[in-house]
Amino acid sequence: MNATVLTFPKGGIHPPDYKSLTAEMVIEPMPTPTSLELILGQHIGVPCSPVVAKKDKVAEGALVGEVTKGMGVPLHAPVAGTVSNLTESAHPIQVSSPSVILRVNKKEEPKSYQSSDWSGLSPDELREKIHLAGIVGIGGAGFPAHVKLTPPPGSKIDTLVLNGAECEPYLTADHRQMIEHPDQVIEGARIILSILGITECLVGIENNKPDAIAAMSSEAEKQTSAEARIEIKTLEVKYPQGAEKQLIQSVTGRRVASQGLPADHGVIVQNVSTARAIFEAVALDKPYYEKVVTISGKGIARPANLLVKVGTLVKDIVTHLGGTTEELAKVVLGGPMMGFAVSTLDIPITKTTSSILFLTRDEIDTDLFSNCIRCGRCVEACPMGLQPNEIGVYVEASQGENTTKFGTMECFECGCCAYVCPSKRPLVQFIRMAKSQLKRRAAG
Amino acid sequence: MKKRLNARVEIRTSPHIHYAPSVSQIMRNVVYALVPISLFGIYQFGLSALALIVVTTASCLATEHLFMRVSDRASSLHDFSAVITGLLLALTLPPGFPLWMAAVAGFIAIALGKVIFGGLGYNILNPALVGRAFVQAAFPVAITTWTPAFIPGRFSEFVPSTLTLPFLKPISPAEWINANAIDGFTGATPLALQKFEQIQTSTIDLLMGMTSGSAGESSALLIMACGLYLAFRKMLDWRIPVGILLSSALFSALFYLINPDLYPPPLFTLLSGGMMLGAIFMATDMVASPLTPLGVWSYAILIGVLTVTIRFFGGLPEGIMYAILLGNAASPLIASLTQPRAYGKERRSLFNRRQKEES
Repeated sequence: MNATVLTFPKGGIHPPDYKSLTAEMVIEPMPTPTSLELILGQHIGVPCSPVVAKKDKVAEGALVGEVTKGMGVPLHAPVAGTVSNLTESAHPIQVSSPSVILRVNKKEEPKSYQSSDWSGLSPDELREKIHLAGIVGIGGAGFPAHVKLTPPPGSKIDTLVLNGAECEPYLTADHRQMIEHPDQVIEGARIILSILGITECLVGIENNKPDAIAAMSSEAEKQTSAEARIEIKTLEVKYPQGAEKQLIQSVTGRRVASQGLPADHGVIVQNVSTARAIFEAVALDKPYYEKVVTISGKGIARPANLLVKVGTLVKDIVTHLGGTTEELAKVVLGGPMMGFAVSTLDIPITKTTSSILFLTRDEIDTDLFSNCIRCGRCVEACPMGLQPNEIGVYVEASQGENTTKFGTMECFECGCCAYVCPSKRPLVQFIRMAKSQLKRRAAG
Repeated sequence: MKKRLNARVEIRTSPHIHYAPSVSQIMRNVVYALVPISLFGIYQFGLSALALIVVTTASCLATEHLFMRVSDRASSLHDFSAVITGLLLALTLPPGFPLWMAAVAGFIAIALGKVIFGGLGYNILNPALVGRAFVQAAFPVAITTWTPAFIPGRFSEFVPSTLTLPFLKPISPAEWINANAIDGFTGATPLALQKFEQIQTSTIDLLMGMTSGSAGESSALLIMACGLYLAFRKMLDWRIPVGILLSSALFSALFYLINPDLYPPPLFTLLSGGMMLGAIFMATDMVASPLTPLGVWSYAILIGVLTVTIRFFGGLPEGIMYAILLGNAASPLIASLTQPRAYGKERRSLFNRRQKEES
């Protein structure tokens, strides 16, 4: 284990992490509910077209939707069942989205998967397996993994960075997977190394997870060879340590250029959970249809790390965990810094849902916002060196189109600025508005 | 079956958690930091200083309340920023300043310095200094009439000029001072003594505040201690006072080296007049100062150099007020010239820029 604690140079915040609510909880498979809602557009890129019709019977792992043109990945049935409808489901961002409703056949035994040797496969074969398993980056916007593992021609990749920072408060899904399945995560990393034809892998983990660092370090030592040199890097606990550019600078010291790609600097980043999913796809031939989700916050009766099928409704998870508490004030899909608040529990989880938070009034802030007092805290907190205060004032004055000079398009919406704002200004929201105005203008 | 949420839920967008002291908490802490300075002023100058502080603060609060009522907006008194303006204003006025003039200063500070621009957050100048600059121009005699510190009868009676009736010529306190104080007091402040008579006040007296001057400017030590409290609580940008004090010390040292008979030593420049109060509590007004690193330093250096320039070459012994107001006025320009570089952007050198133009 490397004793030096690494971090990124600019900005960042230290929110209370609330991880103790679920950090010790072993991943618990949730019993499959009676029906699942599979949203066809699970992630960034092209949504799937359904390949099933109403009343079709499907087996566990069978194809439900696929993408024939453009960037996308197929969608699989998480359990055996019957297609009861092709309709629309509630969606955290798009309000509603086309989906396939699957009535679960409870009599069917769950499928079991056998491990097989993948060492003889070529990079293209491995990539195809990952593509067909429907894997997207876990936690973020859900970028298809096989596309990320196909670096643009001309770029010379030399390092794989695995993201085990899990810097968002409350979240412990990656943490638990690193403790309980470090072997699978590291093997997934070896598969990626072999696809990229490189040997160097650095795993960044924040040092509030010493147990994960220990488990991953001993496993990395076990699996390290001349073809795969895997090293665990300890990171300072600072949000947003797990943001792509920040993580790359923390573990490799390289600074990704503005509007640049990690690949331009020889780096590919994947999440530790994505690496594990890649292991399952390649070594077990198991499609990506279930995932570990942290259910936390003071608004849920029993917080947990649940292994749930994609398409499970939030309300079924709530019922399984004993319901919500009376103080519940906000339901968030994703982390508290970047997740989406939802107004209904009739919403299915997708491949990119990393957590569901049930927050109470004392965990969130409900104050109204006031004028900017130009205290400069947001400028200091911004990891990208931007000026959120100016963007906010411009947007309020209907001048969102003139904010490029303050870095509107560089913003990845980590939320540090709004977190530290004494006037409680919705700075991220202002920046989103500025972005959409800029995009509209660029589109003519 | 649709499952309804049993509670009214918030759906505001991310981030969903916040942590920061609120605006009123920050402002309240600035008030706390000004309390010891105000108390010391009262201890030095007695009843008149107390009345002055009460009147300016009340005037600022009343003005802000009035404007909010007239413009039909929610009261903003709870944010404590008007209290700060009132206190700071009083601390920069001569202790025997007529109360009715102080009330005018408070009104101008809030009306022309703050609400006219849209209230807290939109003022371009430090409101307290706007008020002070107004009375400096309107009442040039009263604002340069000083009373000595520690007059024996200061807690039982007012300085006569304090109670001047509105629109009447202030009664000169000279007679009262002579009756009460040590012989030979000229009423001159250390800055005036130095500038016009080349008499140096001792450093210890300046540090401890044993001198005459404005109600709350005299003890450099106390002001520094109160500023440190705010800086440690991260409610004051330490770079601004450090930049002002360093640049004015260096700039004045230049003149002192050339002609030590005419110009005071740098330490005197730092400890006399409104330098400390201005650098620590006035120039640091968040709203009217830049906030990017390069901007902050440029702003501080500009104020330091201007203060010394006005003190040494202007008609007045003190220059910090105008220097800060000029600094405030220049800060939007400074901000636009000192845009920070976003993460991962190339350093913008002249060479780069030319390359861009060529391509």
